[in-house]
Amino acid sequence: MLSPSSGNTVIKSKLIGRRMFLLTAAKAIVTFGIIGRLVSLQINERTKYKTLSDKNRFREWKLAPERGVIRDFFDKEIASNQQVYQVHLIPENSKDIEKLFVRLKTILNITEKKLFYLRRVIAKQKPWEPIIVSDNITWSEFSRLNLFLHELEGVKPIVSVARMYPDNSSAHILGYVSQVSAKDLQTKKYLKDLHVPGMSIGKTGLERKLDEEIIGKIGFQRFEVNAYGKRIKQILINEGQAGKSFKTTLDFEVQKFTSELIKEKAAAVCVMDVYNGDIVSLVSSPTFEPNEFVHGLDKNYWNSLIKNEMKPLTNKAIAGLYPPGSTIKTLVALSALENGVIKPLDTFKCEGKIELYGEKFHCWEKDGHGIVNLRKGIQRSCDVYFYEVARKLGVDRLSETAKKFGLGKKVLNGFIEERAGVVPNTKWKKKFIGQNWYLGETLHSGIGQGYFQSTPLQLCLMTAQIANGGFEIKPRIIFDKKNNNLREYIKYKNENPNDPLPTDLLVSNFELKPLFKNQEHINLIKDAMFSSSNEPGGTSYRHRWENKKFTFAGKTGSSQIKRFTEAQREAEVKQESLPYKDRDHALFVAYAPYSDPKYAISVLVEHGGSGGKAAAPIAKKVIKKVLERHELRERIDSLLGEQV
Amino acid sequence: MFRARSIQSSLSIKDKIISIDYILVISIFILGLTSILAMYSTDGGEFKYHTKSHILRFFVFFGMFLTLSFIQIRFWHSQSYLIYILFFVLLLGVKYFGLTSSGSKRWLDLYFMNLQPSELMKVGLILFLAKYYHRTSIENLNRVRYLFLPIVVLIAPIILVATQPDLGTALLIAAGGLTVAWLAGVRVKFFAISGLAFLALLPIAISFLKPYQKSRILTFLNPERDPLGAGYQIIQSKIAIGSGGLFGKGFLQGSQSYLDYLPEKHTDFIFTLFSEEFGFFGSLFILFLYAIIVWRIIKIGNVTRSNFGKLFCYGFGTAFFIYVVVNMMMVLGLLPIVGSPLPILSYGGSSMMAIMLGLGIVMSCKVYKDTPVN
Repeated sequence: MLSPSSGNTVIKSKLIGRRMFLLTAAKAIVTFGIIGRLVSLQINERTKYKTLSDKNRFREWKLAPERGVIRDFFDKEIASNQQVYQVHLIPENSKDIEKLFVRLKTILNITEKKLFYLRRVIAKQKPWEPIIVSDNITWSEFSRLNLFLHELEGVKPIVSVARMYPDNSSAHILGYVSQVSAKDLQTKKYLKDLHVPGMSIGKTGLERKLDEEIIGKIGFQRFEVNAYGKRIKQILINEGQAGKSFKTTLDFEVQKFTSELIKEKAAAVCVMDVYNGDIVSLVSSPTFEPNEFVHGLDKNYWNSLIKNEMKPLTNKAIAGLYPPGSTIKTLVALSALENGVIKPLDTFKCEGKIELYGEKFHCWEKDGHGIVNLRKGIQRSCDVYFYEVARKLGVDRLSETAKKFGLGKKVLNGFIEERAGVVPNTKWKKKFIGQNWYLGETLHSGIGQGYFQSTPLQLCLMTAQIANGGFEIKPRIIFDKKNNNLREYIKYKNENPNDPLPTDLLVSNFELKPLFKNQEHINLIKDAMFSSSNEPGGTSYRHRWENKKFTFAGKTGSSQIKRFTEAQREAEVKQESLPYKDRDHALFVAYAPYSDPKYAISVLVEHGGSGGKAAAPIAKKVIKKVLERHELRERIDSLLGEQV
Repeated sequence: MFRARSIQSSLSIKDKIISIDYILVISIFILGLTSILAMYSTDGGEFKYHTKSHILRFFVFFGMFLTLSFIQIRFWHSQSYLIYILFFVLLLGVKYFGLTSSGSKRWLDLYFMNLQPSELMKVGLILFLAKYYHRTSIENLNRVRYLFLPIVVLIAPIILVATQPDLGTALLIAAGGLTVAWLAGVRVKFFAISGLAFLALLPIAISFLKPYQKSRILTFLNPERDPLGAGYQIIQSKIAIGSGGLFGKGFLQGSQSYLDYLPEKHTDFIFTLFSEEFGFFGSLFILFLYAIIVWRIIKIGNVTRSNFGKLFCYGFGTAFFIYVVVNMMMVLGLLPIVGSPLPILSYGGSSMMAIMLGLGIVMSCKVYKDTPVN
């Protein structure tokens, strides 16, 4: 303490002290800086960081909902669900994917191609997301898998449900389901929050139309996961909601029957309740196997469908367009009557052909029908008679009637594959073809050729609306207890036969829309159709039912593919001798029973030749089947009525 | 001289024990207990390896600290160059016999523990410079001749540590040394000159940086630059701290650390874990404990009479403060991730040992506060 440098030491101490004071001040500032940062993170921004922390913490896995089922009128499931056995794999749970694949190959039937695809999927998605190795394995494969499960780290055997169609007779109208494609995700808004890997959606038909409601609501499992994505514990589970089930107006028995009847042909059959538009049967042939689409389509099968000339994937009943041919004559006659162009007993002489506007127009009967009135014209399907009628009527008035009866527009709701067809008139031609209407074309239109295009469903609807007395109905396929106004009206009329309601009262009391000016005209057409099917000389006379219960009234038709050359006409070439592709499409429309119409039917046989020969026999059998099941249907209907 | 010496040496054991700074001892003890709690949480609420070994280390080194407190201040003064040289030799030893882990050679295998001499060097350098400036007269202080040795003893270990590579520790060693030099009275202009020289050499230094070190600096400037790479740690740390809110998620409830989102949660990010589980008030509590410790160390510097003691206490106290704030600013996203442990709270034997050694010398300054050192 007494050292000579003690003064020096004291000065030094003071210097050190001063500088320490400065440092302490600096420390205080830094400390407050840190506190400020803590305030900012833990107080001001705590909500933001809590959200981020939860985002880290929780991860959700979506659960695919069970698709609703589709039933027929008798509550039979025509699109149901089936338990399937699947193999899922969570890549991150497996130590060596390649080794696992080798092992899996010995247990399951997996191709190299599939493995290649799986590797690509694994590379693309997050390691904790399950991939579906196989979505439909057999029970024996499944049990073998479970036996070896201890060697297969990361593999999960799953019991799931998938779409199953008990039968392929209704494949077209039901459509099919298949994996969601990238395009589906882009175009279908409802899939946005709904998509679960491996989920199937409706691609065509009813499956597509009902997709939004039938899919159901997806569920999810929320797990707490660690930084490596490993699930620590389940926090929440929401099972989701199975899709809504639907009851249709179809009759599965009739579907099967009809399908069997036409399976060799490229054909379509459509049966409709004439009073409420319920579609009892809608079959297109050849059909395809919708179950093949559910679990990833086999390429060979797909190619065979695509290459088939008979176009099995097209629903010919609603997406096939055919000239209506002579079946349109019912409407031509009706239009002419309604517009006062002809009277029922006005006659023309048919000599097998007629020359007009410098062109020859032939009747299908080379030798002519002689003197023809309306009834005979429809009964024999005399072309010359209808050339005359059409000429007097004009195409624009004809098109008005045809459109009123449902031609030229889509008649079902929500079927993307449905096509509208064409009802030509002068304006239409100007707009779409850019040419003026030729008078000769009116004559072609009068026998349903030329520009006319219609679907079998439209022709069925047309026939039904004639059969029910000329009232508008809307075809429907989803069962609906309500909207049976026309039935109620008929019932009322039967109970009060002396109370003919004027048109405007019909509209207001029963919400009916008559398609006629004078109902007598409708009755004339119905009667003429009866004679066509049931009186000698009628075009489908050979295929009539004698039994009153099944007696139907119909109209044949054939739509030309190629016009006959003069030489062919002279040589009386038969349809059967033409190449398949050149033969006419055979058409037949009818309603039954004649005395008390209940159902309308349309039959199309592609390249079948004449309607009377190819289409009417099919209609005959289907009509019987449908009418035989009518009572059962009625009973179900009344039972359902009581429930209301 | 004789009398003074006799006064000090005649201190009874009772006097010595009474003169210990109990506030400092208690604060350190509470911090130690807190660190055990935090370590228990990093082990997922179980007594596992980290917790057990941390408890052992804390009590062993806490005991060492108390024992060292009674060692004569004169011993520390007389042996400080030797201690520095010992640590420097150990550092050299790392270069040739060191253990490599995650690309960096930092440890010596001493069979019972893996020693990280760079941590010890943090204290060693302060000790060396405290003695050097204690002995340098105020006239000579700013003579260039007298700056030569400090620069050598500063630069030599820093180069060794920086090339391990361990940039963080190298910077922290430098910070301690520079603090002592500045406190001793070295003119600011020398710091400014060497600062400029450092800046001039920076581009060369950067070219020596490992790619991961460059990426860390870039990432600090913009953490979202590469959220799953280098920025991941900063982002996850901020999420953990921020989501703690006012009161925290609760003990053992820190989802960020429990679910392994937090990197290095035992060591560099221990404050993050604590902050997540105990919230803003928990963070303040830790900060408060550190403030008390630094305050007590500075206070001991104030009462100790020798300039050696003052320089060491101020130097170590400031260095201690810097270790704390660098770590906190790092986990709060205010500094790049340089890898510096939080004193006492972080898992790590060498760091604990170095801090306890420093505290022991500080306490010896308190016990022998009136003892002249030369």
